[in-house]
Amino acid sequence: MLPLGLPEHLGGLRRGQENPEHLVSLTKDQVQHIATLARLKLDDAEFDDVVDKLSRIVDFVDQLQVAATDHVLPMAHPLDTSQRFRADEVTEENKRDEIQKNAPKVENGYYLVPKVIE
Amino acid sequence: MGQDTDALHTRTLTELANALRNGEFSSRELTEHLLQRIHESQDRLNAFITVTADQALQQADAADKARANGNKESLNGLPIVHKDLFCTKGVLTTCGSHILGNFVSPYDATVVERISAAGAVMLGKTNMDEFAMGSSNETSYYGPVMNPWDTRLSPGGSSGGSAAAVAARLVPAGTGTDTGGSIRQPASLTGTVGLKPTYGRVSRYGMVAFASSLDQAGVITRSAEDAALLLGVMAGYDERDSTSVDHPVPDYVAGLDKPIKGLKIGIVRQHFDEGLDAGCEQRVKEALAVIKKEGATLIEVDLPNIDLSVPTYYVVAPAECSSNLSRFDGVRFGRRTDNPEDLLDMYCSSRGEGFGAEVQRRIMTGTYVLSAGYYDAYYLKAQKVRQLISEDFKQAFRNVDIIAGPTAPTTAFALGEKTDDPITMYLNDIYTIGANLAGLPGISIPCGLVDGLPAGLQLIGPHFAEETILACAHQYQQLSDWHKQGPEDVW
Repeated sequence: MLPLGLPEHLGGLRRGQENPEHLVSLTKDQVQHIATLARLKLDDAEFDDVVDKLSRIVDFVDQLQVAATDHVLPMAHPLDTSQRFRADEVTEENKRDEIQKNAPKVENGYYLVPKVIE
Repeated sequence: MGQDTDALHTRTLTELANALRNGEFSSRELTEHLLQRIHESQDRLNAFITVTADQALQQADAADKARANGNKESLNGLPIVHKDLFCTKGVLTTCGSHILGNFVSPYDATVVERISAAGAVMLGKTNMDEFAMGSSNETSYYGPVMNPWDTRLSPGGSSGGSAAAVAARLVPAGTGTDTGGSIRQPASLTGTVGLKPTYGRVSRYGMVAFASSLDQAGVITRSAEDAALLLGVMAGYDERDSTSVDHPVPDYVAGLDKPIKGLKIGIVRQHFDEGLDAGCEQRVKEALAVIKKEGATLIEVDLPNIDLSVPTYYVVAPAECSSNLSRFDGVRFGRRTDNPEDLLDMYCSSRGEGFGAEVQRRIMTGTYVLSAGYYDAYYLKAQKVRQLISEDFKQAFRNVDIIAGPTAPTTAFALGEKTDDPITMYLNDIYTIGANLAGLPGISIPCGLVDGLPAGLQLIGPHFAEETILACAHQYQQLSDWHKQGPEDVW
């Protein structure tokens, strides 16, 4: 197989000329903070790998900074549409029992979670 | 049935529809034949997560009965498989993830509902990258899919199971979803046809959400004609998806006759940069020469910001995914960790154990670019660049009917080759992501072989111009037979 040669304009990136290494890199503390915000318990053995790969991703997307975007409106949706409303009518019947078949723990129609208040 | 049995699996949906109508064989005979092939292939290809044999035979019998009673549903008795991202009532829907390993949907996705209502027979649910996040099918919790052209190679992703199943002649058609190229890239790598419609053309109701402003359902088939047939069934407004568009659905099959002559085809300079494998470039240029010879005009167009499409995507898609995947909390559905210490640990451990490494990376990337202090620099910036890219396409489509070029930078690559570096993997979608950012329809069709492996030609159209790209693809397929070439049976 021919290896994929990174295109010059992406592989080389238009990142800062002064430092060819990771211009943007994340610290372990930052990654732990992100994981906490994202409610993810990271595997200790893979933590360094996560820091490395996330840094590479953030570094890669950082090339967006070169784009001239003054006076450009952010694009929120691919088509020029607005939110459609529907009439406030009941259209579904109660399917609680069927839906709760997928829940890990239920009792009397309630979802059970570990005790929150001591 | 007799000697015809052997050739059943090589026929397209359209050919099978005619044969069923002519009584050459029954849906049950067809279904049994394909189920047998799926069964035999599974160890080598791993294209399926669930095979719904019993249900398929029931549907086939019902289809045979309906046909005998004069019922003329458009997909009556025709086999199909669904990417395991579409909810299917009473059937496992895992999305390739451990966290949904026991999820049985209480309802059908609109795509599934419409295809079933048209009489199709579902053979099973296909393997995929976990939550559709991947370009090689290697992020699936259920193991990678192997490319039927060479089982050491990846079929691409994320709709790799559907692509491999169609390429291996296990089934003539499968559904897929395309957020950054997940239908078109595997189609290119497996020598199949992959259609990603305009954003909003097909309802997303019942699709497990990845990036809601980019996700779109489509199909993988062996001909543009079959893609047109299926799109006609799937497309249309659905009140259960507020982003589906109330736009008339044309007769896509009738539209296939439109000639290539007179079409203005845009060629993007950046699509032929040094990142493109020389063999793929050659095949794509040959296909363009065929199209030109038929009377199309090739025009160079400029997409000045297209170089930034991959980094833009890797801000926008992770941001939306981090939000969408917050629903997996171990409370209402999906897997929960055993013996959590407290509520917070239940969330964190359930998600840490339930999501694979790539999904975790994307959730964290998204969380980072949306977090305080970084939102403006990354998320808002990316949404602005997305606007620029979208404007570039609008500008280009003032002068051309279609933009044509390669689908993927290379033919199929080896399993394991790109798993160490996420960026190398992300760049697989360098030619496909633009259409998702701008919400445009795109199709990949086989345009030749490079060292015995298929290469793909991509056609991108303006919003709701599926008819135009399907017709061009179909007309090209009247002049070439690349789409009829398949791998040898490898099991």
